[in-house]
Amino acid sequence: MRTFPIGGVHPSDNKKWSKASAIEAMELPDVVVVPLAQHIGAPAVVKVAKGDKVKVGELIAEAGGFVSANIHAPISGTITAVDLQPNGQGLRQMAVTIKREGDEWLESIDRSEELVRDCSLEPAEIVARIKAAGIVGMGGATFPTHVKLSIPEGKRAEVLIINGVECEPYLTSDYRTMLERGEQLLVGVSILMKAISVDRAVVGVENNKPDAIEHLKALAKEYVGIEVKALKTMYPQGGEKQLIAALTGREVPPPPALPIDVGAVVCNASTAVAVYEAVQKNKPLVERVVTVTGASLAEPRNLLTRFGTPVESLIARCGGLPEGDVRILNGGPMMGRPMSNLASPVMKGCSGITILSGKDALRGEPSACIKCAKCVEACPMGLEPYLLQRYTVKKAWDEIERNDITSCIECGCCQFTCPANIALLDYVRLAKQTVMGIIRARNTKK
Amino acid sequence: MANKFIVASAPHVHGDLSTRRLMADVIIALLPALAVSVYVFGWGVLTVTATSIACCVLFEYLVQRFLVGGKTTITNLSAIVTGLLLAMNMPANIPLWIVAVGAFVAICVAKMPFGGLGKNLFNPAIAARVFLLIAYPSQMTTFAAPSVEGFADAYSGATMLAAAKACLVDFGSYDAMGMFAGIQSGSLGEVAAFALLLGFAYLLLRRVITWHIPVAVLGTIALFAAVYGAFAFDTPHVVLNYSLFHLIGGGALLGAIFMATDYVTSPMTTRGMVIYGVGIGLLTMIIRLWGAYPEGMSFAILIMNSVVPLINKYVKPRRFGKK
Repeated sequence: MRTFPIGGVHPSDNKKWSKASAIEAMELPDVVVVPLAQHIGAPAVVKVAKGDKVKVGELIAEAGGFVSANIHAPISGTITAVDLQPNGQGLRQMAVTIKREGDEWLESIDRSEELVRDCSLEPAEIVARIKAAGIVGMGGATFPTHVKLSIPEGKRAEVLIINGVECEPYLTSDYRTMLERGEQLLVGVSILMKAISVDRAVVGVENNKPDAIEHLKALAKEYVGIEVKALKTMYPQGGEKQLIAALTGREVPPPPALPIDVGAVVCNASTAVAVYEAVQKNKPLVERVVTVTGASLAEPRNLLTRFGTPVESLIARCGGLPEGDVRILNGGPMMGRPMSNLASPVMKGCSGITILSGKDALRGEPSACIKCAKCVEACPMGLEPYLLQRYTVKKAWDEIERNDITSCIECGCCQFTCPANIALLDYVRLAKQTVMGIIRARNTKK
Repeated sequence: MANKFIVASAPHVHGDLSTRRLMADVIIALLPALAVSVYVFGWGVLTVTATSIACCVLFEYLVQRFLVGGKTTITNLSAIVTGLLLAMNMPANIPLWIVAVGAFVAICVAKMPFGGLGKNLFNPAIAARVFLLIAYPSQMTTFAAPSVEGFADAYSGATMLAAAKACLVDFGSYDAMGMFAGIQSGSLGEVAAFALLLGFAYLLLRRVITWHIPVAVLGTIALFAAVYGAFAFDTPHVVLNYSLFHLIGGGALLGAIFMATDYVTSPMTTRGMVIYGVGIGLLTMIIRLWGAYPEGMSFAILIMNSVVPLINKYVKPRRFGKK
């Protein structure tokens, strides 16, 4: 069975906690805090002021550049503040606060359940609608989707790849979406294919989700050019470059090369559903499925949540925080970000809230490197994490750059596998940021 | 607030590997060979092994406690592995004080002065064995005859390799299968090919090591012996026997599977491992055929140990996206 060519690890997938829970709507919060930077790129520029009334789906902030995204009101009500609010890590960022009054949607949004298959729009119109709806990559990277779909001059897209891998342990939001919203997903895929003018799309799903594979395969028979492929379960298969290699055999060259250089455009499965809703139903991105999970959580769930809902209310809905020490993650355990502020809002890239408790919440004690080479074996980019760590201690930035640190995708395989419990990625991340800074400074000097 | 929030960067989970588990797996993998050794040479094997392990652990503890400071490292089991491997490299009837000297060299000369586990340039057990071989040549090469009924005692006191070097072996009638089952005279760990291969299978299964180093070492030895044999003997049958003899006789298996694969003193990339393994195989055969010693495995490993930093510097893994 197919997988990517180099490295990888097998973390226990722990999807059992939430995989059987069907998607449920989270209660509407009384107040939402909607940050203006929910995506990679420039923050959106606010278009409303304190005291304004808004309906669900109304534009409240406009993309602040090409690589940026629109932001819409996730609830209806009155704007009570446009100011700095702490995010999940406690850092302050600009946000719009809305106090809820009812649940009144814009009339232009089609909220019926009816499936709309046919799409007669031109590619440029499709991209424009996706841009207007503020859609970003929902796997966690939050790269604005309309940017991906705008193929640069001289490049040509050959295949659309849909990421249904969800290799991150614990998370099941994409899985539930594929099972419950398969039709919408495939229509979304057809629309995306049209947007980039390709006649072939491949949906990659890992074989730890056999029911999702079967379901999508059966549905895909009705659609032209869409193929569903099972992949051998291996982390980090959901990494863009790993997925392209697993499905097409083509390897994206080191940075600054992009997937389009090998003719591929990659979109997440949940993103495809959002594209369906934006193009066929005129519905902007105002909500998403968030997996709230953990071994010690009373009732793990998959909750369809409006953006801006405080994380603590999702946890309360799932039975509340377990006793004792906890590590709360925005995302899954391999790449998620640790949270210290649970009052912070759910954003576009939040595929899950994972709660680790007790011993699982603690890091092991590091000991001496025994040069076992497990990190070299595990690195999916073919790097040498142990060496980068040693050079980082010595601040040997030149050597680190020569050893291709900019290729690092920060998947964490090295640290996951290290028998000496060395926090390899902490060092590598520090070195990568430093080296990228050095490279940027050098380029601006030129 | 009742909860304490723990904040650390990703990844937030860890696999089931630990230094201690890896070391424990190496110990388990050596048990079949140890058992056969006890069967072949008698209970004296256990005395030698116990002495070796006890001395290694004690020396490491003492050095850590009184010279280096810091937390004790004996709990990572690496001193036990060194002690066990050292015992595997000695004859069953060796005086115990020589065992203690060997343990001292392994821990107090080859391992701890470099900074302990992970920092040493040379494999401690091999360094100690080579020291003993040069310092106490007669004790280190006087082997007890296998004490088991029906086992060949024709070469008692000398290894098969030594006998071969003295042109005492008739390769036409040589019984490779017998040696495979464990009837040769030699060090504790050299007697039983099948037990060592069992250990190899265990190490592969548990993913403690990869196949690259052992296969490169043994492949090179077999190929070298076959080519040499093709010039020395007339019939293919004898050439095959000669090649098998070099694989199974002496310390080739023990060295390739357990000594050359020592994490600390072997390369970090698979390509590097192959280069290192081929180097060990070549040097072993050169010493066996044209050197002063009948067995060249230990010297070959030590020499290649010293090349490892150079290999790590120049032999890189294939980077993703670069063909």
